[in-house]
Amino acid sequence: MSQPGGHIVERDALDRLLAALRSRGYTVLGPTVRDRAIVYDEIESCADLPIGWTDEQSGGSYRLRQRSDDALFGYNVGPHSWKRYQLPPEVRLWRARLGEDGSLTELGEPPHTAPRYAFLGVRSCEIHAMAILDRVLLSGARRDPGHSVRREDVFVVAVQCSQAGNTCFCASMGTGPTAESGYDLALTEVLEDGRHYFVLDVGSPRGAELLGEVPHARAGGPEQDAAAAGHARAASEMGRELDAHDIRDLLYRNYENPRWDEVAERCLACGNCTMVCPTCFCTTVEDVTDLAGDHIERHQRWDSCFTIDYSHINGGAVRSSTRSRYRQWMTHKLATWIDQFGSSGCVGCGRCITWCPVGIDITEEARAIRDSESANGADA
Amino acid sequence: MVQTLDELIASSPLFAGLPSAHLELIAGCGSNERFAAGTRLFCEGAPAERFFLIREGAVALEVEAPGRGALSIETLHEGDVVGWSWLFEPYRWQFDARATVPTATVAFDGACLRGKCDADHELGYQLMRRFAASLIDRLQATRLQLLDVYGHAARA
Amino acid sequence: MPLAPEFPAEAPGAMVPAPFVITARRQETADTWTLELAPRAGTRLAFSPGQFAMLSAYGAGEVPISISGDPDGGGALIHTVRAVGLATQAICRARRGEVLGVRGPFGRPWPVAQVEGADVLVIAGGIGLAPLRPAILTLLARRERYGRLSLLYGGRSPTQLLYTAELEEWAARGLEVALTVDSAGPEWLGRVGVVPRLVARAGFDPARTAAFVCGPEVMMRFTVVALAKAGVTSERVYAAMERNMQCGVALCGHCQLGPTLVCRDGPVYRWSELERWLTIREL
Repeated sequence: MSQPGGHIVERDALDRLLAALRSRGYTVLGPTVRDRAIVYDEIESCADLPIGWTDEQSGGSYRLRQRSDDALFGYNVGPHSWKRYQLPPEVRLWRARLGEDGSLTELGEPPHTAPRYAFLGVRSCEIHAMAILDRVLLSGARRDPGHSVRREDVFVVAVQCSQAGNTCFCASMGTGPTAESGYDLALTEVLEDGRHYFVLDVGSPRGAELLGEVPHARAGGPEQDAAAAGHARAASEMGRELDAHDIRDLLYRNYENPRWDEVAERCLACGNCTMVCPTCFCTTVEDVTDLAGDHIERHQRWDSCFTIDYSHINGGAVRSSTRSRYRQWMTHKLATWIDQFGSSGCVGCGRCITWCPVGIDITEEARAIRDSESANGADA
Repeated sequence: MVQTLDELIASSPLFAGLPSAHLELIAGCGSNERFAAGTRLFCEGAPAERFFLIREGAVALEVEAPGRGALSIETLHEGDVVGWSWLFEPYRWQFDARATVPTATVAFDGACLRGKCDADHELGYQLMRRFAASLIDRLQATRLQLLDVYGHAARA
Repeated sequence: MPLAPEFPAEAPGAMVPAPFVITARRQETADTWTLELAPRAGTRLAFSPGQFAMLSAYGAGEVPISISGDPDGGGALIHTVRAVGLATQAICRARRGEVLGVRGPFGRPWPVAQVEGADVLVIAGGIGLAPLRPAILTLLARRERYGRLSLLYGGRSPTQLLYTAELEEWAARGLEVALTVDSAGPEWLGRVGVVPRLVARAGFDPARTAAFVCGPEVMMRFTVVALAKAGVTSERVYAAMERNMQCGVALCGHCQLGPTLVCRDGPVYRWSELERWLTIREL
């Protein structure tokens, strides 16, 4: 990894960066504390950021805790991901009015004009997740029509992790902890010796252009060292590990592994993992009418492969057991996704572990399946 | 081209590949028999002393249900065997068999063939193998038929 | 009441249904109707045999329905629909002049051009003949480019067979037709028995035969076994699969079948691509 950061921006100057984004017409979205969690929402100024908060995560558990300092980005990831802007939880696709004579008048949709977004506080795993979603939603023969916010249209201010959470495993998935591309600007937050500043990398011409409006200085060796130490600390603190070697074929060989029965005993099929996952993209469409039946709308909303309806065909569900639904989710994420879309669907953010009400851990499940093979003397 | 009975038997899927000595024994129990359209080869409950190899035509296996008429379970065609009940006691037909079109068969005397099988176990083994293969084919087809795959599946 | 939409109707879109008017409607069986549709505006839908469209009865939901018309014909969009669920019941109830929503066409078609020169065995079960009809029409339109053409078609009972009036016409144009039903009364002079039983006696040269198969998945699995016994390897067998297709354009995730998406990589697959996945229960 190259030595980080050509520039430094002092903590006090960060509001200038936000102001520069806003003056360019960007709606700035970033982390803020709400409902005892760090979620993404519109950010007016640095005061809206989770100042002095961190999150403690483990399987099935998420708690905010006050830090001993005033770090702005001293947490890992929360229940939200940027997916909600690339693929909103619910959109109206179409609407029409049915006349008394049976004629149908399409009401049309006003052209979808998403705000120009700047995402502040994007982690390396999330940059990779956004790229994966782009590949799914935008690179097929027919792209999702205009409801998606495309990553390249978003001004991405990444924040490099200086700590890792207990459920993090991005290092295993090759997606972090340090972002090397996919951002316009990348910040590494440093708090030491009573000083609070950001070491800043420029990732694009528009990032450089924006930086011109923010007071900054050339980073010195000690400052760069401090940032690098943060990156190294995050890498060394990874709470979980997933051996991704040969993972696709490993899972393809193990569709009938008894471990699926074991995990099905615990899984509630609630779908939380799919909701918090930054790459889970499944949606369903529902046609609704008003009571009179003359106004028709078609809505697209997030769906989950854990529902019984998800695999419904004439006659019933293809996947009626929880075993088959968990297996579908995990093998999709780690294996079939590779064949379907050219990359893994997992970025190692750990959200599915944290937000699983019973703490099912994808890294533990993958390990159990791998270990069962070595226990049986099968080829690894 | 006119085939002799021996040639017919030797070229049938059921007996193809048997040594000529066995084929001769089998042919000794067989004779040509024709059925006009609509006539029965056998009826449910009657003594089962024969079986048929269809040379040409079609035979429906049927069961008569009060109020519903003759229900066709399966139709059999050129090269198929009609009749297994002659193999085992009580040697009674379980279904009706009706020629649906003019049908030419080779009819075999089951009692005669059973006697030859008892005397020559190699012949018996070869015949049982062949009948078993044909039975399995038909059983598996019947199982698929039982699934009623084209019917309305249960609605959720 | 203005018929013209407030926004100009476009060609059928990927996500937004285009209005099509029902121009004709014919009952095929007790629960199955064939509908002819014409776009309310714009041009007809160009498609390849085996492709499907998403049909919606407005407000009642949307379902994937294979296209059953002639790909070469300039005529209507034709769908044969079996009324089994809310949406298909609403579609089958719709009268002439009513409007249905159409998106498509979607999916990978039957490889009719790739199998030129071969004998083609078309094997259908039940409503499975509907997606094969465009393939049959294409094969017959280019009759001289193929060897023997055979249709093995089975249904639940004689009254549930589709396109019966057309079968004779197809036979006259050089398609050998063998029919069978699962059950029948004495009035039926044809075959009773399952479709795989037809395969053994179809009398084709396995080395130069390609098979197109469509029907209930169980029937297809049994049929492929019969084909293999007869010497047709799974590389030469193509089958149309059914999963929960909702978007039609590989965006919604529902129709996953192992490493594939049925709406994008199917519905027509080479059987050899699929066979290992179909042995996995609840895949």
